[in-house]
Amino acid sequence: MRRIISLLVENEAGALSRIAGLFSARGYNIESLTVAPTEDETLSRMTIVTYGSDQIIEQITKQLNKLIDVVRLVDLTEGRHIERELMLLKVVAEREHREEIKRLSDIFRGRIIDVTNNTYTIEITGPVAKLDAFIEALGDADVIEVVRSGVSGIARGERALRF
Amino acid sequence: MKLTGAEVVVASLKDEGVKHLFGYPGGAALHIYDALYNQDAVQHVLVRHEQGATHAADGYARASGKPGVVLVTSGPGVTNAVTGIATAYMDSIPMVVLTAQVPTGLIGDDAFQEVDTVGITRPCVKHNFLVKRVEELALTIKKAFFIANSGRPGPVVVDIPKDVTAQTTEYRYPDTVDIRSYAPVHKGHPKQIDRAVDLLLNASRPCIYSGGGIIQGGAEKELTALVRALGFPCTNTLMGLGGYPSNDPLFLGMLGMHGTYEANMAMYECDVMLAVGARFDDRVTGDLKKFSPNSKIIHVDVDPSSIGKNVNVEVPIVGDAQLVLADMLDRIRSTKSDDEPVAIPQWLEKIEHWRSHKSLEYDRQSELIKPQFVIETLYKVTNGGAYVTSDVGQHQMWAAQYYGFDSSRRWINSGGLGTMGFGLPAAVGVQLAHPDSAVACVTGEASIMMCIQELSTCKQYDLPIKIVNLNNRYMGMVRQWQEFFYDRRYSHSYLDALPDFVKLSESFGHVGILIEKPGDVEPALQEAFKQKDKLIFLDFITDQSENVYPMIAAGAGHNEMHLKPTAVGDAPLERELA
Repeated sequence: MRRIISLLVENEAGALSRIAGLFSARGYNIESLTVAPTEDETLSRMTIVTYGSDQIIEQITKQLNKLIDVVRLVDLTEGRHIERELMLLKVVAEREHREEIKRLSDIFRGRIIDVTNNTYTIEITGPVAKLDAFIEALGDADVIEVVRSGVSGIARGERALRF
Repeated sequence: MKLTGAEVVVASLKDEGVKHLFGYPGGAALHIYDALYNQDAVQHVLVRHEQGATHAADGYARASGKPGVVLVTSGPGVTNAVTGIATAYMDSIPMVVLTAQVPTGLIGDDAFQEVDTVGITRPCVKHNFLVKRVEELALTIKKAFFIANSGRPGPVVVDIPKDVTAQTTEYRYPDTVDIRSYAPVHKGHPKQIDRAVDLLLNASRPCIYSGGGIIQGGAEKELTALVRALGFPCTNTLMGLGGYPSNDPLFLGMLGMHGTYEANMAMYECDVMLAVGARFDDRVTGDLKKFSPNSKIIHVDVDPSSIGKNVNVEVPIVGDAQLVLADMLDRIRSTKSDDEPVAIPQWLEKIEHWRSHKSLEYDRQSELIKPQFVIETLYKVTNGGAYVTSDVGQHQMWAAQYYGFDSSRRWINSGGLGTMGFGLPAAVGVQLAHPDSAVACVTGEASIMMCIQELSTCKQYDLPIKIVNLNNRYMGMVRQWQEFFYDRRYSHSYLDALPDFVKLSESFGHVGILIEKPGDVEPALQEAFKQKDKLIFLDFITDQSENVYPMIAAGAGHNEMHLKPTAVGDAPLERELA
């Protein structure tokens, strides 16, 4: 099952490699991993999307918790949560296709952030499924480049992951 | 008080109460070595190879319960130490490894004797640090000791660039340290303990399975009291030997691949299993699908990630073995109306039936020296009181099977990583921890060659270790597997051109004895242990064809053991599920 695990880790050199190393050493899957500093400069926030049986997920959370650099951890998928991913997408947009791609982008609440005679660059955010759906909707259009940020997640309501 | 970084290192070790430091100097470590000169608070033990330093510190830690401390230089000093660090990591041994590093300005430049120490050791340490400022040095060393020695213990590396050891700072060694992201659990959850005790008291075929956590957690007394209060049978893992006295009638012997028939059958047929400080390693469980199919499992471990990793657990309890077992015992005593053990006669009878197969029997009439006989005689000659280190292979299993460990911290071996070369340097650490005790290194002619250079360290520090070399001219365990599973194609398992171990020992300044007849085994051991001030290398020429039995082949279940061919025929014993 797909899980979104959110962590607060010490903002120290090597913390990322400990976590990435854990996944590769123990053969766990990583679908995406994002990391950036938080409002507290001593802490980084990391979001890992992974998948596996319940037993594997339990091991992943336990092994992550065991790392000295991991301060707090929550499996967001255990409760109500919001997930978002940012995608930048460069697509060939010529003649009769220009209008169609613009309309499609509007429908998905994307924004065209860069334009040339032959291309659009579109910015779009949303859950992974929405971004996948947009790429699919583009159909025959000639996609030149896709850049995805990986998933960020946060719990709904008043629950929060803080130190 | 202003000190240089190098002086901070030495002062911190002194304030931490470190008595022995196992190390080897080199360029990046020279400031620290200079600070070690002309002081006697910390005794530096000069090994002959950095692998030896880590194994010696490891042996010291296992035998004394105090963390082992290592100092090596950058680059090859570190890479040589990695085997010993990984060995300690796999067996959860507390160790602090100080590694010198090239100066901060050169890090990343492929400087002379530079390796990415933090990167290279990351997967085999509990934690590691790179100290970039001298002001952080004392606190980092304090943290390293705290992390290494608390929770589930393990090795911690502190990488110290050379320029940091030259800079000065105000020195103060912290009394305590608080790490916000690290808080090991000590007490077990009372509700879970209640559930565990209920299960135990209602069991009809209970089995207690304990591992190295009993020894690391200092829970030997609590375990023994619990087993006796319940009257339930108890088996130990390879790492747990000595955690429960082997001379006790409730002791089933070691379990697992080369465990006793009674231990493995009890595990297979039990209905309630209490696992304490053990991690359901593949050498213990065999095929997980066939593992103890009808039992409810209570698992006590200080490391939550050990619980539920390999087997499903009915009652997980996270906590220190000592505290959890003491709480369980209190709960049992307050629940029961009398002090009589619960014991279940039919179950104990069944166990006696399994025991009657005598799965550790061997040919005592042989004209060749049987390795098992050497170990039994070693037990007899030392009254079971020696510290026994071992290397890895057949001799390790025979030592585990035939030297009855009646108290803890006496059995020092590389269980998890299975590191050949461990035994002799580990014995160095053990003998330094217990200078007046008998220390035996049980080894084989293949393993001993892997760290033979430490004979020189033994000479320098006058360590009267007794080396019991079970010399069968083969890598015995490799040969055994080739005999069983590779149609006797003995590919590269024969050691041609072995040294004359007697002369070799003599050249290092020790005494060597060659023993070729069974009748000479006991007199040689008697003579060796009489000489309390000499290292004696006993080279026993043993039966080349001897194999380790009983055996569960990889992928088989506990109920599919092979006993010794001469005893029961070379077929797995049938299940005895009646």
